Order: sequence, then structure tokens, then C-alpha cells
Amino acid sequence: MARILQFTLNGRARTEAVPDNLLLLDYLREVVGLTGTKTGCDGGECGACTVLFDDKPLLSCLTLAASIEGRRIDTIESLGRDGHLSAVQRGFHEKLGSQCGYCTPGYIMASAGLLRRNTNPSEADIREALGSNICRCTGYVKIIEAVKHAASLCAAGLTP
Amino acid sequence: MNEIAPAHNIGGYVPMVDGPEKVSGRAKYTADFIVPGMLAGRIFRSPYSHAEILEVDVSDAAKLPGVKAIVTGADCDKAFGVLPVARTEHVLARDRVRYRGEPIAAIAALDDATAKEALRRIKLKVRELPAYHTARQAMAPDAIALHDHRPHNLERDVLFELGDVEAAFAAADLVREGAYNCAEVCQNQMEMHAAIADYDAVRDRMTVHASTQVPYYVHLMLAQILDMDMSRIRVIKPHVGGGFGCRTETLNVELIAALLARKAGGCVRLVVNREETFITHRGRPETDIRLKIGMRKDGRITGVECDCIQRGGAHSGYGIVTILYAGSMLYAIYALDNVKYVGKRVLTNTPPCGAFRGHGTVDIRFAFESLLDDTARALGLDPFAVRRANLLQAPTFTQNDLMVNSYGLPECLDWVERESGWTARKGKLPRGKGLGMACSHYISGASKPVNWTGEPHATVKLKLDFDGSIVLLTGAAEIGQGSSTVLVQSVAEVLGLDLSRIRIVSGDSEVVPKDNGSYSSRVTFMVGNAAIEAAQNLKAILIAAAARKLEAKPDEIECLGELYRAGAQDKGLTFNEVVTEALKDTGTITVTGNYSTLPQSHGGKKYRGAAIGGTMGYSYSAQVVEVTVDEETGVVTVDKVWVAHDCGRALNRLTVEGQVQGSVWMGMGQAMSEEAAYHDGLMVTANMLDYRVPTIQDSPPIEVGIVESIDPHGPFGAKEAGEGSLAAFLPALTNAIADATGLRFNDLPVTPDRVFAAIEKRARDGKANGGGNS
Repeated sequence: MARILQFTLNGRARTEAVPDNLLLLDYLREVVGLTGTKTGCDGGECGACTVLFDDKPLLSCLTLAASIEGRRIDTIESLGRDGHLSAVQRGFHEKLGSQCGYCTPGYIMASAGLLRRNTNPSEADIREALGSNICRCTGYVKIIEAVKHAASLCAAGLTP
Repeated sequence: MNEIAPAHNIGGYVPMVDGPEKVSGRAKYTADFIVPGMLAGRIFRSPYSHAEILEVDVSDAAKLPGVKAIVTGADCDKAFGVLPVARTEHVLARDRVRYRGEPIAAIAALDDATAKEALRRIKLKVRELPAYHTARQAMAPDAIALHDHRPHNLERDVLFELGDVEAAFAAADLVREGAYNCAEVCQNQMEMHAAIADYDAVRDRMTVHASTQVPYYVHLMLAQILDMDMSRIRVIKPHVGGGFGCRTETLNVELIAALLARKAGGCVRLVVNREETFITHRGRPETDIRLKIGMRKDGRITGVECDCIQRGGAHSGYGIVTILYAGSMLYAIYALDNVKYVGKRVLTNTPPCGAFRGHGTVDIRFAFESLLDDTARALGLDPFAVRRANLLQAPTFTQNDLMVNSYGLPECLDWVERESGWTARKGKLPRGKGLGMACSHYISGASKPVNWTGEPHATVKLKLDFDGSIVLLTGAAEIGQGSSTVLVQSVAEVLGLDLSRIRIVSGDSEVVPKDNGSYSSRVTFMVGNAAIEAAQNLKAILIAAAARKLEAKPDEIECLGELYRAGAQDKGLTFNEVVTEALKDTGTITVTGNYSTLPQSHGGKKYRGAAIGGTMGYSYSAQVVEVTVDEETGVVTVDKVWVAHDCGRALNRLTVEGQVQGSVWMGMGQAMSEEAAYHDGLMVTANMLDYRVPTIQDSPPIEVGIVESIDPHGPFGAKEAGEGSLAAFLPALTNAIADATGLRFNDLPVTPDRVFAAIEKRARDGKANGGGNS
């Protein structure tokens, strides 16, 4: 069965018929074509599929698309302003928080979620907020530096 | 007026040229190429470890509406494999299955749900055979052979003795022995294996997008498996979500996708899940090592004897090379005069192992540096002093004929000793805390490629056209390690231009020159040198054009990047003006740069396989690890790591730091928590919870010191930075635990339960300084 849902995706209102058993991850990637959100595991293990659900990080691989009725969903494609990178995107680019890049959208969305609620996170806050994501390239050192850099860019007026 | 000067980037902190795509979600990986109408592929896998296939009945599956193609072993009688001498693996098992999860059949259907339902309708009849899940079982005298051409399941045995080991032990003040076991580990890169194969039946052409480190090898194997002329095949390597060696050979995924696409006459997307990615494997084999070191009182090593057994899995893969690396790379880090090595690569009924980061060197280095520490302790020597007593004097050739030109290990030792406060702190830390150190090394590209064709090792093309942009064409596979960035940097540096002048196209066989791929840390050294030569060739053309226009001699022309002039008083020509002049001769300019290794770097002939280990440049690493051991729980916390890496010259300090930190951390996973475990041949850790990768909460600060030994042959003096620092972490950790607790752990991973058990055992035994777990 499918149902008609109304929600906001990356700032645009949408009304769409969505099958009951469709995962939000598959809806985003396969139906809408927003392939920035990644599949990294068989369910809930790696965080690569993290999106923001009313500004809170959420694993889209464990979420039914049907549950987004009336909600606001933001994916990696929504970040940045006027073609420029957001603070978190710049942080990850400039500090090499991203190597192969596959986990990066998940990290960036989890970090954006953190900075939207806490503009001045401690290192412990950062480690806690990113504790359910896995990166296999960086050893996390530069990911922490990237989020700290992003926080300083936010302090200078950029959006997360 | 501002002084015009050439732009320089080498040695800077340069963010990756493809970074903006990766942080914005625009970077496309294989599974992201979603095309309307593409078919969904699925693989039917063996539920048996070892069995003779009697029948694969796909008739029910074929009747399901929406099924467009089914392939089985009957569809392809050609075998594949990365080594020309060991091409014995079938894409889809024929006659026999040899590990649980081995592909037997595959289906392409209109959608994934249909493909999954069709899998359930395949009926398999087999006669089960005895299965061997350990090397010991497979080597038993009565074991049947997995492959008829490999009696006793011995894929390769290696034996060499150089010098006189027995005499060396007799001359030692102390001879110590140890037995070590390193669990099998997996790359577990973030992107699961994926391929999209698109068959054009009208033209009989095949296009394959593959998540690979070696597009050229994939190209070769596609031609072989499909029995198609190579010219009819195109391989595209989009962004790749990590490799760490599991994609340094053609995988069954891309070959199955191609077989399905040809049979269906269309486009098939085959994305395997995480469990299947684990089972496709090509990780580091479980390794048992017995090691013996003889040492004099002054710390000098007199002799080394090493026995190494690797559980290779069901197919050859890189196995022969892995077992050879383990022996040859005993050398080239310390001065050794007497070495005996016995290596056995064993075929077992487990998924095939491969070339994991630090290929062949890691487990041996763990054993060596552990025993070195033990021996030093027994002789009352400082661990640093023991390493310093055995340093090489570069340039030199090792006893097994490996060429060492640059050797920054002494400086690496100095850096980590100083920065960690070793001298002041060692032995004075509070209870439960400890410091350990170790060293490691790695090659900058295998000097002899796997497929020897006589061509240069690397070729780069530059295209310069009317618009003044330079397009760098390379087959070097960017997999996140920063190869595209370092190649763009190299070309920009030679021409004195900003990076923004240069665009890079990599990884599409239709456009780029052939490249052997991203493995054995070869790209910076080999492709980097080719890029430099190409840029120099382009620069010569531009200088000649400027000279003509300015009516000067070429050697009078000063190249300032964006300005070419004949002397300081000359107004000169802008880069675009020079380009316009240069194009008058030939139209669009294309130049080539090549690189080949020196024959004297190809290793020796003192034993069969002695070429393995030969390279143009070895990287060196030293590490100090600080730990806290909780004796109540057995939990080990790594508080900090200091690592110094000799990469010859850091072309990009940002990416060197990132590579070194990533290597150290990957070593930490192997040392502390990662293990591919099997139950009756089934990998029971084939997910990211049970296969325990360290999280950000478990991971320490890693301080990197860059040592620049300036290699005489490296690009701008550079060597590799992406693998050499992995191995040293493992022994540095166990050496630190030994320092903290007095307990020596010779079996990896050192999990809390192992530590706790050893602490309990010691308490029971009532000894203050008992042995560890082995």
C-alpha cells in the first residue's frame, strides 16, 4: 500500500505517494535521486545515511519514508548558500575531514545537527555527536579538527 | 606593480582538488549512477563451505515474470585472477564450491524485489566435501585438495636462507623465540562493492562502472571472462569509497554484472550489501608466525629465523605475492646479515584473502618488533637503542638485493623519542600506564608490475588548448588517498601555475592513458614522476613558443607561471599569449610523460620470488604509543600516538598527515578489536557491529611528524605516505601494554577479554611477572 504524504525536503514542500514499506534512504536515493545520502551497511551500523529530521540527525536507513509526514527533512544537498559551501562543508574540505568521501555526507549532516543546537561544542560534544558514524579513512583526528573549524566559521557568521 | 612569481604548492597544506564534490554530495560513486530502466542484479551464493555441485536448477526462477537474465557457471568457463600464474578462480562456481558465500548464480530482474524472489527459487544439489577452515586442517596429510593443481593445499611455499643463521645464533649473547597469531582482518571500506554494466548489443560493446582501485586489471579480466576483444570494453572508475587493498584485483562483482548485462542485453546495476562485501573479502589472512632473533649485548641483531603460515582462503588471489612480501620485507628496515624464512600460503575453505594495506608486511612486523622489544628488555637495553644499533647506511643494497636510496628512520626515531618525552617518562608512569615504541616500512610501488608488458610503469598526458586550461589525463585511480590532488600539484609546480589552471580526468579507459592502478603505494612515486615529465615537456613547448614570439633564445626565457619573459626588463607574454603562439604549430597540444623504474630496483635472484619487495623507495615510520590499562576490566585505552613518517618529501602536508593518521588508526583496529571470525565456515562478523571498527569515542589523538629524507628518485624527492605507518602501531601497542602491565600479548586482537584473562591468570599463578597469553 502507498499513502499520500506532505513534507518539506531540502526547503521545498512536497506531496507524494509513498509505499508503506519504503525506507527513507531508498526514497531519497532511488525515487528522488538525491544520491548524496549514502548506503554503507545493512542497517543502522555506520551512519553514512544520516539526514536531518526537524534539525535532528536521523538514520534514514532505519526510517520508513511514511514517517516523515509533516516533517522537515534536510539532506547533504541542502547545505550551502548561493552555491558556496556551508561552515561544516568548508570545515571538512579545508581540514581534510573527508578522504574517500563516502561517509562524509553522514558526518556533515550529523555535525550540522550538532552545530544547529550547539554553536560552541567541546571536543567531548563532538565525539559524542559523531559516535555512531564510522569513517574508515581518517582515524577521526581531522574530522574533529573539521568540526572545530566549522564551529569557528559559524562564530564568524556562516551557517552550519 | 606586484612582482610576478611562479606559484608554488609543494610542501603546503593543500585541500583535495575533488573535495568540494565530496562535501556537497555531488561526488558520484558507482551505486549512484541510477538510470531509468536499469536492471537490478543479485547473486546466489553457496551455503556450503566445500561441496561438489551436482545441479544448479534455475528453471523456476526463470519463470518468474520480470526476470531478464540468469547466469551460472555454465555461462562462463574462463577463470580469472590477478596474478598471471594463478588465474584459477571462476566468476560463478563450476563443479565445486570452496567457501560459504561463493557465487554460484546471478539474476538480473526488473526490480530488486523480483531478483530477490528469483534467488529463492534457485535449487542447488550438491555432494558435500570435507571442509578445512584453518590452515592446520587444510595441511593435514589426509586432507583433500581444494584445487587439483595444488596438492596438500599449499598455494606456495617459500624457503630462503641468506648468510648462516645457525652460526649467527651461536655468536649471539641471547637468542629468543616467540609465537604469534594475528587474526584475519577486513578492509571494511565504507562503500560496498558495486558495478554497473551496460551492454550495447548493436555494437557489441561493454561499458562497466566499477568501484575499483585497478580499472586496467578490471579491463583485462572483463575481456578474458567475456571473451571479448579489449577494444570493445570501456571501464569507468567513478569516485570510490575507499579500498585499502580489497579492490586491487578484479572482483567477481564487476564480472558478474557484465555477464548479466550481456545476457540481458542491457544495463545491470549490481550493488552487494555489507555482508556480501565482507564475504567478497580480500582481507589480510590469519597468520601464524614463529620467530627467533639472536642479539649481541650491544643490541646488534646477529640472525633471524622466521616461519610464517597464512590462511589464504579458497582461491589464489594475491596469495603468492603476500607470502613472498612477508619474507622479503624482513629486510630493508634494519641491517640483517643472516636470515632464514619459511613461508606457507595455504588454501582453505574460507573467503579468499588479498592485499590489505601494508600488504604482507604487517603481521611479520608485529612479530619482529615485539620480539625485538622482548629481547632488548632481557638484555637491559632501551628499545630505541636496539633499533639504533641495527640501522642501515643508505644508499645500500640489502642482503636480498633490495635497493635503499633514502633512509629517514634515524630521524623518525629521534622525533618520536623527543616528542613523546620518552627518556623522561619511560618507566616513571603511574601504575596501569605504559609507553611502547616500534618501527615499520613500506614500498613506494612494486618495481615490477604484476602484468609485465614492457611499457613504462606510468604514463600521463597533458592537453593544452585554446582556452589556456590544462587537462591532466591519467588512469591513476583516485580512491580517496589524494592521488588526483598530488598529480595536479606536481604539474602546477613544474609550470609555476595555480592549481585552478589544471583539470584532471582520471579513470575512464575511453579517455585516459592506461595505468596499473592504485596499489602498493605506487601512484605518487610512479605517476607523480610521469606527471612531472609531462609538465616539463609542456613547459619546453611553451618556452620555445615564447622565445619565437619574443625573438629570443629559449634559454633566455624566464617562466614565471602566468608570465613568460626574456629578461627582467621585458614586459613579456601572458600565459594565454604564449598558448596562442604555441598552438600555431600544431593546434591542440598534447604531451606525454612517462616513468619507469630502474632495473637495479627490481630485486634479486637469490631465491625464487626475490623480485617481490623491490621498489624505488622505502618509506619509514617510528611510533610511540601511550596506553592506560584498566586491570579491573581489561580495557586498554590508547591515550596518544606519536608517529614520524619518512615520506621523502611531503608534497602535501595535509594529505600526508591524513594518510599517516589513517594508517595508524587502521593498525589500531587490527591490534585491538577487529577480527573476521567464522563459525563452520560462515563469517559471523560480516557486519559493522560485530566486526569492531574503533569509533571516534575509542580513537586517540595522533600527532604526526613528517621526516623528509629527499629521495634521489622520488617526485620532488617524495616517497609513499599511505601504508608504511600502519604496521608499527601493532607492536608499539603490545609493547606499551607490556610496559604497563608486564604482560606480553602475542595474539591479536588484544581484546579486553584477553587482557582480563591474562591478568586473572597471573593473579592465580601468583607471579608478579608471568607470561602473557601465549
